[in-house]
Amino acid sequence: MNNTKVTDATLVRDYLDGNENALGALINRHEHRIYSFIYSKVFNKDIAEDIFQDTFIKVIRTLKRGKYNEEGKFLPWVMRISHNLVIDHFRRNKRMPKFDNSGDFNIFSVLSDGSLNAEKQLIKDQIEQDVQELIKELPEDQLEVLTMRIYKDMSFKEISERTGVSINTALGRMRYALINLRKIIEKRNLILTN
Amino acid sequence: MGKIYFKKSSKEETFNQLRPKKETIEFLLNYSKALQVTKFRSMQFDTLLN
Repeated sequence: MNNTKVTDATLVRDYLDGNENALGALINRHEHRIYSFIYSKVFNKDIAEDIFQDTFIKVIRTLKRGKYNEEGKFLPWVMRISHNLVIDHFRRNKRMPKFDNSGDFNIFSVLSDGSLNAEKQLIKDQIEQDVQELIKELPEDQLEVLTMRIYKDMSFKEISERTGVSINTALGRMRYALINLRKIIEKRNLILTN
Repeated sequence: MGKIYFKKSSKEETFNQLRPKKETIEFLLNYSKALQVTKFRSMQFDTLLN
């Protein structure tokens, strides 16, 4: 069987039909990419190995339970699972910090690093990505104002000049954009917090 | 001179070699073969037939 010609979707279907070799082909096809992605976040081969294994255990269980929603996006789906497991890993480590406060005074309690740690950075990236997807659902006029204000950092005066509406209209559109965005988030039960 | 510029960095080489162990893949394939999901009404049960 020539793997390069068979799509992921076909392999998934074959696997669901009971062909165990299809899973081997899927793993073989994507192992490097998924493992490298995990390793690039955790920088430890043993941990990367564990997360890789947990990722595919989850994949296998989801597939066998018939809960996989085929949209021709097998790899992004697996990457998302591994990404979530990487976040879980960092969360666990946060609960069990590696250094211990053995003395009376711990310098780390007064010193803090202002930059985000790996976990928070991952979550922040994910949230920003999700928000970028969500704003696409806004009406065109609101999306335009929101994009100019938030992503292009333009003032409302500049926005009104660019779009040819008054400042008050631009302000109103921004307000409705935020209200609608909140509604979309509520409707989908999303939690976009760090 | 060319060798200095065109030699792959060790980091790049390491990334290209990154693959999970054969044992891990074998474990996953065996796990898949052993796992059976049984449906009963609205419930699902996982069975590992090892």
